[in-house]
Amino acid sequence: MTMRPSTEGVVTGSDDAFLASYEQLESRDHGVVPPWLIALRRAGIAHFGELGFPTTEDEEWRFTNVGAIASLPTHPAHSWDNPQPAARELERFTFGQMPSIRLVFIDGCFTPSLSSTELSAEGVEIHSLKNALQANVDWVQGHLGRYSGADKNAFVALNTAMVEEGAAIRILPNRRIEKPIHLLFVFNTTQRGASIHPRILIVAERGSDARVLESYECLQEGETFTNVVTEIVMGEGTRLEHCRLQLESKRAFHVGTIHAHQARSSHLITHSISLGAKLARVNINPVLDAEGCECTLNGLYVVDGGQLVDHHTAIHHSKPHCNSHEFYHGILDGKAQAVFNGKIFVRPEAQKTDAKQTNRNLLLSDEATIHTKPQLEIFADDVKCTHGATVGQLQDEAVFYLRSRGIGKDAARRMLVHAFASDIINRISIEPVRTELDQIMFDLFEREPGV
Amino acid sequence: MLEIKNLHAQVEGKKILKGLNLTIQPGEVHAIMGPNGSGKSTLAQVLAGRDAYDVTEGKVIYNGLDLLDMEPEERARAGVFLAFQYPVEIPGVNSTYFLKAAFNEVRKHRGEAELDAIDFLNLVKEKMKVLELPQSLLNRPVNEGFSGGEKKRNEIFQMAVLDPKLAILDETDSGLDIDALRLVAEGVNKLKRPDNAQLIITHYQRLLDYIVPDFVHVLYDGRIIKTGEKRLALDLEERGYDWLLAEYRSQTTETPSGLVGAR
Ligand SMILES: Nc1ncnc2c1ncn2[C@@H]1O[C@H](COP(=O)(O)OP(=O)(O)OP(=O)(O)O)[C@@H](O)[C@H]1O
Ligand SMILES: [Mg+2]
Repeated sequence: MTMRPSTEGVVTGSDDAFLASYEQLESRDHGVVPPWLIALRRAGIAHFGELGFPTTEDEEWRFTNVGAIASLPTHPAHSWDNPQPAARELERFTFGQMPSIRLVFIDGCFTPSLSSTELSAEGVEIHSLKNALQANVDWVQGHLGRYSGADKNAFVALNTAMVEEGAAIRILPNRRIEKPIHLLFVFNTTQRGASIHPRILIVAERGSDARVLESYECLQEGETFTNVVTEIVMGEGTRLEHCRLQLESKRAFHVGTIHAHQARSSHLITHSISLGAKLARVNINPVLDAEGCECTLNGLYVVDGGQLVDHHTAIHHSKPHCNSHEFYHGILDGKAQAVFNGKIFVRPEAQKTDAKQTNRNLLLSDEATIHTKPQLEIFADDVKCTHGATVGQLQDEAVFYLRSRGIGKDAARRMLVHAFASDIINRISIEPVRTELDQIMFDLFEREPGV
Repeated sequence: MLEIKNLHAQVEGKKILKGLNLTIQPGEVHAIMGPNGSGKSTLAQVLAGRDAYDVTEGKVIYNGLDLLDMEPEERARAGVFLAFQYPVEIPGVNSTYFLKAAFNEVRKHRGEAELDAIDFLNLVKEKMKVLELPQSLLNRPVNEGFSGGEKKRNEIFQMAVLDPKLAILDETDSGLDIDALRLVAEGVNKLKRPDNAQLIITHYQRLLDYIVPDFVHVLYDGRIIKTGEKRLALDLEERGYDWLLAEYRSQTTETPSGLVGAR
């Protein structure tokens, strides 16, 4: 449970700026947006008020101090009229101009001129969230906020209070969408405290199959704040591959939460790749709420310097015969810190659950720290749950094998670190994304120093 | 080409090699046999430069170089190749990428230009054919999911590509069926030239039917206790090691530590 401790000194106590942002939004939107949205936001801010920013006394946030976020002079990132970047400046965020349905958000604002001309295509209906809310699209109202748990997590509550922009995606029944749907969030501002609270709703109707990519980038290095919530609603027999790439500024703060609700025989695949930000926290919470569901959670974090990355995943096995697989790899250098907390809840009726969790970490420096913790709470008796966490250096035998073929010690090590990352990247089915990430890993690890 | 003098090595405080002497001239093929645990792989790994083994005494001169003073990659570039008894699986490292990196390092050392991708691929395909390895292995991570036999053939394939001066084969024949054995032998024999040499560690005479050794050595308790010609291998196959160990024990005043009669 998240609770605000009574010891006032621990809390930075400046949620005021966040409250002011909310009030500004509410007064501006009054009478413009549908009343149900006003009510949703109000509930959000009320929860945020009750919960407050978590402190490290909260078990869920033990190693991740968000004090620096709480004390940011937060304001909507688009408050300054920065000149809009040219399309060519964004090219490097497009995976070699990968064919996709692309929605571009500059400083949190949907920018049609940089996005695909047709958002909705055969079998899929896509709106920027703002447009969907103004048009009062019924399925958006039906799902928004239904599963996200704003009462339990302060950041989700805050996002809910600030619901304004983002994306609403509906994949129609039995349709397979070939092109990836790419939501590209780019910070153009460098204003300290520039904040975005995107909300993304993905509704996959029965038998559909699609791939959604969220990427978080920046044109400039700034102390920005992203607080995004993605809600995924999966119908029967659906398949959804969701990929989030967090490549923000090394000074940025990034909090992202994914809630997925899965119906019978649906298969969710998520990839969380986290390279940027000074502090990044990602929560992924799939609920396997019917028989025959499957979810696969892949993750890769690569951090150095003073970066901190925290993944909290919670897989809820609520019904029998569901499988979950989780593979997270971390590479830590410098004084970086990483947190991996993998919860698996198996409810009493969830017999024949098969859950597998692996978290492997490579520490490239003595000063890097990792807190890894599996947390299995199993209330059914006929289940198979395995977990394993490793923390260590490269395998000596592998290094020696490469060296014994003439490959230098450093090159051998770099090759193996890269391979460790590739092991996760290769699970992404979108080829241009894989290629791009592989190049990033190559540049990070294999390019000769000084070349 | 290779001169090992009074080599002592230990691992985790346990003495394994205890004064080993061996000289190999260019053009020669030497076989090393010996009971399990006698130190054969240790010798191979020490020659390749595995730092888990501490050399406490002795010298190894390779083509005029102090081999023990060189890093593993320097040894490889200078032409030493070890076919591992247990090839290591390396998930995530593509076989072609790995081999090309190794190949170019060796060429660079020899002062030769790097091969372009097409020439390299042609070379690789030609060598694969000799070993009848499926080309699909090139697209897979190094050794990952390879069958036992594929791993062993892959070692010889790498050897064929890297074209070493001194090849050390550590039980490359174990676990191979007779056809694979013949392919491996063929690969090794193709490499045979007056200016290079091979050191073949094996338990079985049958490999030596295809790769004919000039000398056969028996390694026991960290030392070479007998050297003979090819027929020594036949004798060992027929009679086992006991007669030799008995002979050895009666000759030495000092009893070899603990191990006597243990196997
Ligand atoms: N890393 C190690 N740690 C501890 N003991 C070791 C290690 N490596 C080898 N040894 C021991 O050293 C001895 C020699 O091992 P080695 O592998 O060299 O034998 P071998 O002659 O190659 O045997 P085999 O015929 O079974 O391959 C054995 O008793 C072995 O258990
Ligand atoms: Mg051995």
